[in-house]
Formats: sequence, structure tokens, C-alpha cells
Amino acid sequence: MPSQSSSQSLFFRLHIDLTLLMGLMALAAIGQIIFYSASGESMPLMQRQGLRLGVAFVVMLFIAQISPDTMRRWSPVIFIIGTIMLIAVLLLGTRVLGAQRWLDLGLFRFQPSEMMKLAVPMMLAWFLSSGNIPPHNRHLIIAVAILLVPVLLIAKQPDLGTSLLVTSAALFVIFMTGVSWRLIFGFIFAGIAFTIPMWLFLMRDYQRQRVLTMLNPESDPLGSGYHIIQSKIAIGSGGSFGKGWLNGTQSHLEFLPERHTDFIFSVFAEEFGFSGILILLSLYLFVIFRGIYITTQAQGTFARLLGGSIVLTFLIYIFVNIGMVSGILPVVGVPLPLVSYGGTSVVTVMAGFGILMSIHTHRKLLAH
Amino acid sequence: MAQRQHLKDHFIEQRIFHNRSIAAIFFTLILFSVLLSRLFFLQINSHEHFTTLSQNNRVSVQAIPPTRGLIYDRNGIILAENLPSYTLQIIPEQAADIDTLLEKLSLLVNLRDIDIKKFKKEVRRKRRFEGIPLRFRLTDEEVAIVSVNLHRLPGVEIKAQLSRFYPYGKETAHVVGYVGRINEKELKRLSVTNYSGTNHTGKLGVEKSYEALLHGQVGYQKVETNVRGRVLRVLERSNPVPGNDLYLNLDINLQKVAIEAFENKRGALVAINPENGQLLAMVSMPDYNANLFVNGIDSKSYKALNTSWERPLFNRTVLGSYPPGSTVKPFFALAGLELNVIQLDHEIFCPGFYRLKGKAHKYRDWKKWGHGKTDITKSIVQSCDVFYYDLAFQMGIDKMHKFMTYFGFGKKSGIDILGERSGLMPSKEWKKRVRNQVWFPGETVIAGIGQGYVLVTPIQLALATATLANGGQHFQPQLVSSIQRKDDLFPRRVSPQVVHNVPILRKENWQEVHHAMTEVIHAARGTARRLNKPDLRYKIAGKTGTAQVFTVAQDATYKEDELEERLKDHALFMSFAPAQNPKIAIAVVLENGGHGASVAAPIAGKVIEAYLSQFSDEQLKSPAKKEAIEKPAKKQHTPISIDPDKTAVILHEKHQHA
Repeated sequence: MPSQSSSQSLFFRLHIDLTLLMGLMALAAIGQIIFYSASGESMPLMQRQGLRLGVAFVVMLFIAQISPDTMRRWSPVIFIIGTIMLIAVLLLGTRVLGAQRWLDLGLFRFQPSEMMKLAVPMMLAWFLSSGNIPPHNRHLIIAVAILLVPVLLIAKQPDLGTSLLVTSAALFVIFMTGVSWRLIFGFIFAGIAFTIPMWLFLMRDYQRQRVLTMLNPESDPLGSGYHIIQSKIAIGSGGSFGKGWLNGTQSHLEFLPERHTDFIFSVFAEEFGFSGILILLSLYLFVIFRGIYITTQAQGTFARLLGGSIVLTFLIYIFVNIGMVSGILPVVGVPLPLVSYGGTSVVTVMAGFGILMSIHTHRKLLAH
Repeated sequence: MAQRQHLKDHFIEQRIFHNRSIAAIFFTLILFSVLLSRLFFLQINSHEHFTTLSQNNRVSVQAIPPTRGLIYDRNGIILAENLPSYTLQIIPEQAADIDTLLEKLSLLVNLRDIDIKKFKKEVRRKRRFEGIPLRFRLTDEEVAIVSVNLHRLPGVEIKAQLSRFYPYGKETAHVVGYVGRINEKELKRLSVTNYSGTNHTGKLGVEKSYEALLHGQVGYQKVETNVRGRVLRVLERSNPVPGNDLYLNLDINLQKVAIEAFENKRGALVAINPENGQLLAMVSMPDYNANLFVNGIDSKSYKALNTSWERPLFNRTVLGSYPPGSTVKPFFALAGLELNVIQLDHEIFCPGFYRLKGKAHKYRDWKKWGHGKTDITKSIVQSCDVFYYDLAFQMGIDKMHKFMTYFGFGKKSGIDILGERSGLMPSKEWKKRVRNQVWFPGETVIAGIGQGYVLVTPIQLALATATLANGGQHFQPQLVSSIQRKDDLFPRRVSPQVVHNVPILRKENWQEVHHAMTEVIHAARGTARRLNKPDLRYKIAGKTGTAQVFTVAQDATYKEDELEERLKDHALFMSFAPAQNPKIAIAVVLENGGHGASVAAPIAGKVIEAYLSQFSDEQLKSPAKKEAIEKPAKKQHTPISIDPDKTAVILHEKHQHA
């Protein structure tokens, strides 16, 4: 256990992990800088994004005050409420851009699928922490069943990105329980084994074509491939040191689609180059490692499972987003955490870090 | 319950978490390495590739079309100009609701269903910020009405463009020609760069043959665009070079006189200045309005023009091939004299027919009972056929061919509009080559009166007349007199071109023919004596001709009245004036006009009168000051001698290979 200075202990009593907070604030600052450029130097958009970040930080600090034990007890309730809301969305939700994700609550619109990004791993952590570690196969099957209900509901909206993130959050909980490597690799191989006959016998030509385009967008430069081609041009033309802040031509000339949301990384890469990317990724790495450290220090099975899942899901956010804008992953709508524009996603991410802070600062020191 | 199990497995659990945390760190590092290597590949390895792509993305080059050169007549009267024409267009992006907008507009301007239909088709095809034309050629009134209401019509704009207009569209259609929308075939031929902003190109006449000079050089602007192609700003601009203005030798007023003289009959007239080969008038009747073709003629009107039996689209001056008939007689008389086949005192007896030795076939004279004793002058004045049957037989077709070639028979005149026909002056070699048949003496006999295989175009006949008039200088006929470049203070003159000089044996021979031709008008029994008016300030030389369209059977008599209009003879007349100092040489062909004397000659008379009225008595008597006339070139002749310009070369090649 590292010795703590007096100031650290003050933050500790406020349930704030200063190291994590610093990393997150640095990321948010970089995010704001690039957001200003990506939004076309729009002050109103900046203020809105700033406000959202502020709210997200407040939410994080608020959640940090709740002890992991309380969370654990409330997990099933939150999960059931979330699932009901997902059903409600499908029945009476608001349709935006062809997808039905929003629930209009009068004052604001709420996206239940965002909540499920935390509710599902909490539920699984609650369920699995009450049994043996590593869990029995019977428990694993129940866990998968719990996971499938919200994932299928979200996939039906359709929201591929979120259902992917929810799935990975749940799988990371299972991963942290120490299921045998044999089972993990067996699962991966089974997945591949299932894909091949489906590809060969079950899919029709146009479906195959759609998948192929998704995997190789360049084959359709005027259609779905357009975004990814432009994004690659933006990233590639950034070079070692970038074109300079506000000087990205791709983004400012509107060649980049969704440039202040999912594709904001391309703007960053164009304007700050490879060196800027190294700094950004180092910061992300710093936050992830701090998260993993917190997880290793966590007390109680629930906290460990949930903490590990939150950190690894954060990693998946980054990997999928950068992977898709740089053309190695298919385009699924996954934002770059703390940098992309968008209210709910940043709140969810910060709430996750709130849980991490809570885990870290609610430890009973006597236990060691 | 849970707590108990928890405690029991505490150490195992601790170890599992520890291992999984280490695995998570490795997992993180692996994923980050994947991302970094991908980004390294994009940003460091492929940097140049993507930089190029990003440059191409934002900078696009737009063409600025040049303004087409104007065309003037010899007195500076404009024949082809660029008038602003107003197009009504709608930018869908700015228009709230297109249907209500169209409704509002239809109250203000005349919108046909087809306009709306075409517009809606375009809307689907084009990008939303691009203006889509709804109506072309708004009237001034419509422009005013729409302009006043523009504030109520968001998305509507009136665009001014330059559109080619021919003030004398009907009178000059066959000479100046017209421009039209570039078609697929032309697209392949024209420079893609230079025509990138141009929609029209010369299709016919001067507009076509001088295309390269008239068109000018395209300008361009480099613009920064966004993803939808909208121009954000202009980075660089290079102005287009406008096309050259052309001054023609053509006199539009003379042209109008000639057209009027035709009185809507079919035919052609070419008037040349024999002193330099300049074309003063070129008429092909019937004519049509060239303006119809500029922005696309509707298919119904085109069909009407194209299928009419009168063939208004057919440029008879350079494409119409006619048997010259008796108009060749002065040339053959000169040929006989210059080739020493006959002498000045040559005389024959004309019984009204000619018969080759040992043959029964009679070659009739137009005068059934014959002309009696006939010398050279009388043979021309009264147009005795028998004289020329005999002369032709004595000369033989090859000598005739050689001599007539000096005057341009059977050769393209080299006029500076494209696609003329070469006519035909037969020879034994020609018949062997083309028809693979031997030449028959009888064919020589009828060639002597301009029948049989002999064919001329009106431009050839006029040019030959000019050569005869000026004493043997064979010019290249020229429509364009000077070219005004944008940067030049004065237009550059296109100097006259002598193709060659006819070798002269004796001047007296030429004078004899000139004299006989003058008698055709001024002698009591001349075939064109009706042109002789008492108050004439000058003498006219000429020769009538009648070309058979319909062959009369051996013993039948020719009854003109009974023949169908289309089978009537063509009437011809060639002439120059004043007879002493020729200033104008003319050829007239009147299709199915009957006798040359009665119908073709008066047309030429009116044109001559109109043209010569501008000269004083003094000027009529003395030859004009000689302009710098270029010596005949040894090998090739250049059609127009402006600076070694691309156009000239192109034009030249076209003539050579056409």
C-alpha cells in the first residue's frame, strides 16, 4: 500500500482518485481543443460540449460517493428497470436517423441503451460474485442468457455499436471471473466455426456483398466506402506533425463526415499528426493502466469484476473507434471517449470512472 | 451465503484476479500496438500518397470559356454576334418547395409542360446547389417581371449567358454557317481542355472552318471546394483569351440584292472580285435561318428542312454540281486559240447539226436550222453548238482537260469553307481510272458544249470567270479578308493568293474572247442583250448557258412547257464587269430555270449594277490599285496567309485531304 500525503487523503475522503481525475481532465482538455476545430470553430457547440463534460464530471464525482456495496445491492433493480426501458423504446421510442434509441421523458431525451452499458456488467458482476470463482458452467450459461436479453433488444433498435460495447462489457466480467483459457479460445473458435458455414450456405449474395463492403469499404468509394476513404486521407495527410490546429483541410472543407462525433479522431490525426497521436494514446494508456491498478487493489469480488470490465470496455471504445476511422475495423457507431461530441456517451463513460473511483476510495484499509 | 464462499476461496480468487489483470495489461498493449502500427503506416509510410489525395480533394479547376470572335462583313456590318440571353434557373437547395415555386413562376412566365418535365429530370440528376435551367431565352419583359418578383421566389435566379446570334441568319446561313451544341463526334476531335467550358462549336461555313480562330483559348480558375463541390473561394485565375474577330469580304448588302433578285427561285450565285479572289457574295437558294440551329432545332422543323425537295440546307455554291452548258464556250474558244488548234480567223458553217465522220448520230444545235457561217465571235454571241462540237473534236478531250484545269475546272477552288465538291473535267485517263472504260469521240463532242461528264460548282464557274476576266491570274477564293486578334491594334489582312498564272500565248486571243463576251450583252443578236441598258456606265461581258437535266430523244423536239418543273433545264450565266477593268465576276445557276438568258442573266445584272454603283466613272475606267498579291507558290499554296498559326495549318490540311 503506497503511503498517502495529506492532500491525497483529503481527496481520498472526498472519494476522488486524483491520478485518474488528472488523466481524465487532460483527455477532456485535448478533446475540447480538437472539438473546437472539428466543429468548425463553433463557440455554441463548444459551450454545449463543455457543459456536457461538466455534467459528466459531476455525475462521476456523485457516483464515486456511492459505496460498491450499495451498487451491488441495487444492481438487479437497475438492470430490470433498464431492460423495461429498452422494451419501452422499441414500443414508443423516438426515431432519429433511422434508429429507435431515444425515450422522450418530457424534459430531456434519454437513451436507455447507454445505461445498459453499465447496468449489464453490474448485473453480471452481482450474479457471478454471488457464486463460485471461477464460476460453474451452469452459472455461465445463465450469465450469457442475462446478457442476451438487453443485447438483442439494443441490436433491434438497431444500434450495432452499443450492443457490441454492452456485449464486450459483459464478456469482460466473465473474463475477470477467471474462466479457463480453454473456454475462452474454445468460444472464439466456435464463433469462427459458426461463421464459415453461415457464409457459405445461409447468406444470400447481396448479404455477402454488404458484409464485404463493410469489411472493405474501399470497394464502394461513392457509397459506404466514401467516409472511410476520406478519413484515411485525413489521417494519412497529417504525417508526423500534422497540418496544425484549425488547418486540417479534409475536415474544414467538409470532406470528413461526422467529423465532430465518431470521426473526430481523424481530425485530430490530420491536425496534430503522429506525434499528437502518441500523446493522446499515451494519455489513454495512462488512464487504462490506472484503472487496471485500481482493479487489482479492489476489495470484494463484485468490485473487481465490475472494475475490470469498465476499464477493458473503455479500451474497446478506443480500439474500435480508432480502428474504424483508420480502416481496419468496419464502421460501427462507437465514439471516442471524452473527445467525441455527444451527451449520453460521455456521461456513461464518466459514470464508469465514478464507479472505479468509488471502488478505490471505499476500500477498508484494515483489510490489508 | 455468498460471504462464506467468498472467504473460503479468497486466495484462489486473489490469484485469479492477479493473473487476469496481467492478461488485461497485455491485451491493452496488444490492441494499442495494433492501432499504433496502423497509424504509423497511414501517417508515416503512406503520408505522401494521402497528401496528394488530400490536395486533389479540395482544389478543383474550373474552366472559363472564352468569348467567341465576332464576324463582320466587308463594311463592318456584324454578321455573327454574341448576345446576352437570359436563362431562368432554380437552385433546389435554396428553394423551399419546388412545386409551389413552379406554380408561382408559371403565373409570371410562360412555362410549357415540357420545360417542367425536363427541369424535374435535371433536378434528380444534378447536385442540389447547382442552378438548374427551367426556361431559356427569356424575353426582356419576362426578365423584368421575374426580376421584380425575385424576392418572393427564393432559389430562383436569372442567369445571363452569351448566345450566338446571326442578324442576317437567313442571308448568311450558307456562308457564315452557324454554331451548335457539340456532339459526340466533335467531342472526340476537339481539345478536351480548350473546350471544357464551351457548349457550342462551329458546324458549318466560316463558323466551322475558322473554328480554331473564333473559339479562343479557355481560361480557368482554381477553386477550393467542399465535399459537395461548392466553391468556397477562388485560389487562382487565368483569364480566357477571346476568339479572333473575322472580317469577311462578303458585302451583306450585295448579298441581299442577290437574294432579292432570285425571287425565291432555287439556285446559286457567286460573285468574286477578279482583282484578288475576294468573295463578294455567295447565295444558295432556298435559304434558312441559321439562328434555328444555335440552341438546338426542334426535330419537326429540322425534318421539314431536311426532307424538303427544294433542299434548303444544301449549299449549292460549293456542293451543287451542274453541267456548265454553254458557259464553257468562251473557255474552249480561248483553248482552241491558245493551243493553236484554230486561229483568230477560224470559221465554220453551221447547218444546225454536227455529225462525226462515218457516224449517223446527229449532234443538234439549239437552233434547228443552224447559224450558217460562224466565226469565233458569232459562236459565242449566238452560242453556236456546232462550232464547239467541231472545235472539241479537233482539240481532243485531253487538251481540253489540261487547258480547263488552268481555270480550276475539276479542281476544288480552295475556298475557305470546308467540304466543297470538286466538279468534274473529264479526261481519257479519268474515264479509264474511274469507270474502267475507253473514251469515245462522241463524249468529246458533247463535252465541247459543257454537257456529258462535265460538272462545275458555282464557285468554280465564278472563279474561272474571274481568271478569264483578269487575264489569267488564278486566285484562291477568300471569304475572310482580315483577322482581328484581341491584342492587335488593327486587324491583320489576309493577303490574296495567286494559285498559278495561266500561260499566255497571245494577248490578242484573250482580247478576242473578251470582245465576244461583251457582244453577248451589247450586240443586237447577243443572247443576253436584255442586260444592255442605254444608261449603263460600263460594258458587261458574259455568257449564257443552258444545262440539260433531261435528255431529249434523237428525233423528238424539246417542248419546254410540257416538262415537269424539276426536269426543266438549269439556266446558267457567267459574267464580269466592267468588261475593260473587271471589278466583279459572277456565276449564276438557276435550277430548272429554263434558258440562261431569260432568267439567270437578269439576276447577275442586278448584282453587277448594285456592286458597281459604288464606283465613280473614273474608277470604273481605270484598274484598281494593285494590292500586294502573293506570287504563286511553287509547291503548295496556303489558303490564308496569316501568321503560321495552328488554324491556318489545320485549314490547309483539311483542304488538302478533303
